[in-house]
Amino acid sequence: MIDWISDLLFWIVFGTILFFLRGKRIFWTVGALGLLLLFNQFFTPGFFHIQLLDGHLYGSRIDVLNQGAKVMLLSLGMVLVIATGGVDLSVGAVMAIAAAVSSRLLVTEHQPASVAIAVALVVSVLAGAWNGVLVAGFGIQPIVATLVLMVAGRGVAQLITEGQIINFLDPTMVYLGNGHLFALPFTLTLVLGMLLLAFFLVRRTALGLFIESVGDNDEASRYSGINARQVKFLVYTFSGLCAGLAGLVACSNIKSADANNIGLYLELDAILAVVVGGTSLQGGRFYLIGAVVGGLFIQTLTTTLYARNVSSDISPVPKALVIIVVCLFQSESFRTRIARFVRPSGRILKPLGSRSPQNLSTVTPHDSRES
Amino acid sequence: MATPLLEIIGLTKGFPGVKALDAVDFALRRGEIHALMGENGAGKSTLIKVLTGVFPRDAGETRLEGQVIAPRSPREAESLGISTVYQEVNLIPHLSVAENICLGRQPTWFGVIRWGAIARRARAALARLDLSLDVSRQLSSYSIAIQQLVAIARALDISAKLLILDEPTSSLDRTEVEELFKKLRKLRDGGLGIIFITHFLDQVYEISDSITVLRNGCRVGCFATRDLPRINLVSHMIGKALHQVEALERKRASTASIRSEAPILEARGLGRKGFLQPLDLDVRPGEVVGLAGLLGSGRTETARLLFGVDRPDQGTIRIGHQAVRFSSPRAAIRCGIALTPEDRKVAGIIPNLTVRENIVLALQARRGSWRRLPVAEQEKLTDRFIHALDIKTPNREQVIRNLSGGNQQKVLLARWLATEPRLFVLDEPTRGIDVGAKAEVEKLIQSLRQEGLGVVFISSELEEVVRQSQRVVVLRDRRKVNELTEGEISEQAIMHAIATHNLERPAA
Repeated sequence: MIDWISDLLFWIVFGTILFFLRGKRIFWTVGALGLLLLFNQFFTPGFFHIQLLDGHLYGSRIDVLNQGAKVMLLSLGMVLVIATGGVDLSVGAVMAIAAAVSSRLLVTEHQPASVAIAVALVVSVLAGAWNGVLVAGFGIQPIVATLVLMVAGRGVAQLITEGQIINFLDPTMVYLGNGHLFALPFTLTLVLGMLLLAFFLVRRTALGLFIESVGDNDEASRYSGINARQVKFLVYTFSGLCAGLAGLVACSNIKSADANNIGLYLELDAILAVVVGGTSLQGGRFYLIGAVVGGLFIQTLTTTLYARNVSSDISPVPKALVIIVVCLFQSESFRTRIARFVRPSGRILKPLGSRSPQNLSTVTPHDSRES
Repeated sequence: MATPLLEIIGLTKGFPGVKALDAVDFALRRGEIHALMGENGAGKSTLIKVLTGVFPRDAGETRLEGQVIAPRSPREAESLGISTVYQEVNLIPHLSVAENICLGRQPTWFGVIRWGAIARRARAALARLDLSLDVSRQLSSYSIAIQQLVAIARALDISAKLLILDEPTSSLDRTEVEELFKKLRKLRDGGLGIIFITHFLDQVYEISDSITVLRNGCRVGCFATRDLPRINLVSHMIGKALHQVEALERKRASTASIRSEAPILEARGLGRKGFLQPLDLDVRPGEVVGLAGLLGSGRTETARLLFGVDRPDQGTIRIGHQAVRFSSPRAAIRCGIALTPEDRKVAGIIPNLTVRENIVLALQARRGSWRRLPVAEQEKLTDRFIHALDIKTPNREQVIRNLSGGNQQKVLLARWLATEPRLFVLDEPTRGIDVGAKAEVEKLIQSLRQEGLGVVFISSELEEVVRQSQRVVVLRDRRKVNELTEGEISEQAIMHAIATHNLERPAA
């Protein structure tokens, strides 16, 4: 009975949010998340079960939030890098480095948790800055430049942990990935905090405009006096910081630092999250909140597949299929084509959020053949 | 001798909204070098592309040695004997010379490539050009000039009857051009027909036997090179008969006072090797200095050096008596220089950003990331320029890609006006925009002048240059050939300066 009411409340809130997002790019990402949850509501028993234990909420949806924190953090950094037309493949390895540095300081060097965390974050920022120097300073292609650290980073992490898996029990470190704040996982606070920081950085300063400008037309940005190198350096550095935080959460989750496995393949999830969130890999316009919701979507998908006992060996296949569909539906031309297919009479449902086309064509004739 | 090697009759090709070729006739004899001339957009490239099967034709007929042909791809054209070498060497730099020459038609033996045969064939092809190279070396280890010759050798390897050279000399220096020409003459004497496209007048007169001039997709005429004086060629290309050109009566109110003012910009011996010969240029407040010349004459190059896009390797620039050295456009912008580039799509607009974002961009870039213009102020600024320049857009948040060319150009002008520049360099600000927008841009330039800005105005349309400028600097083949002041400015004078053969006066 209680469950039934709480589910209803959840869907009312979700539906309201969706209603207010209509016409926005992020609508499709949130909508896809909604469909996935709806599927679970009907077909995955216990997925919507939620309970309060010792003042903490537990349940699959809470798990998704907690487990998804890593990808959400990564995607915050990744979305800015992708917006400049680049990509950061090294985030998984940087996670491993951050985990290795913090647990080594904590366990082997007997430092307090505050020092361990601070040093780990500084090292991550430096790792990001290294990528930034390679891309912006030396003009190396982003895939190649970050591939260097992706491959070498795990080796560095192994060196730091001296090939050991370091276990720890320090309460502060354990709290990072397992603690609760206001009945919700602490990681959620962390994600929201980073989201606010990123939002401030790109939308309250002119950095967002410069990032989009550089990603959209590098040459014209240079002609306009934008320091493209500085912009690129900054986004890679920020991506390093995000990866460092994600690495701390990851090792806290399992209370140990395993340089081989922490953050393995997570860079790919982060890139997917950004794409699902509506940002094009070609760069330009980016969607910060979209990327975070995209991260949440990917985690929900993963958890759903686990909950439905899909073996982890084959789960990438259905995951890939769902992601392709979501990406296709974000394309307006694809939606128009589908609409035409569904209603061949020609009267097409006006795609959500499109500006009224007559208005556009009369005032400014679209002329792509000019000059 | 009766049938020409190539005959084109009534070739027509339209693109949505434009007629790129309108019933063009063309004929080429064996053993002839035929220059194809015309300003940008005249239809030269379209003609070549239709001829080689890149574009389908709308109407017309092509005959090669009397046979009607209609190639549907460059490959088919090649197999018919029509080979093309493009402006940019389009070979593969990391393959060997031999591989480049034989790529796509490697001699094989049961599917296995016969490397020995490839090398022999490549050497034979090069021998036709009196060239002996180590054909196993990487192409990129040779100079651009050699690479150009390799491209020609590749084109000749297949039994070519007709060779098309699309601006083959634009990246070569003087001696390399001569070397190339020597080889072309030899090929011509061997009976090959050559179509030669270039912007360099001197070269046309040096090598070609006849000239066909195109303008706005129509054939103006076909002339024997020795019977066509340069000045007539220029007037055919520009589209004005010499005697029709009238010096327009123009109002020049305050030119005397301009003369006395200290220049905003003083460039002395500004140049860059292989890019622009050193030149002097002054711009005073309230003055429009026109840069005239044909395409590729060094107009855009001058603008790029002034704006720090390319670094000059000689000469000095003074802005208001202060010596400056620009390593990037950023530095130039800080000194109050603005530039609207020639290619709006590549270097101007940020296509997927809104009108507002495009307008505030340069001002914001100068303020830096941290001092963000408040949105209210951005909107006020944008509305002001939309109103002042009459930019036609549904609203200020419209994506600039959806605007017409003229309105995009106005947005770019607004972007720079927002930075309140002292010196405004306008590179082809009226290209590709409609007549109404053109008039508005011209009006804007005059009002900027009256406000005391210095303007450098670049345009291919002499009429515009004459109308706008208080002083005109004429460029040819990447050097300043003349400077016309006040009373001397007329289309005639500019055309004479462009056409004058090797009579450079020492730069004043």
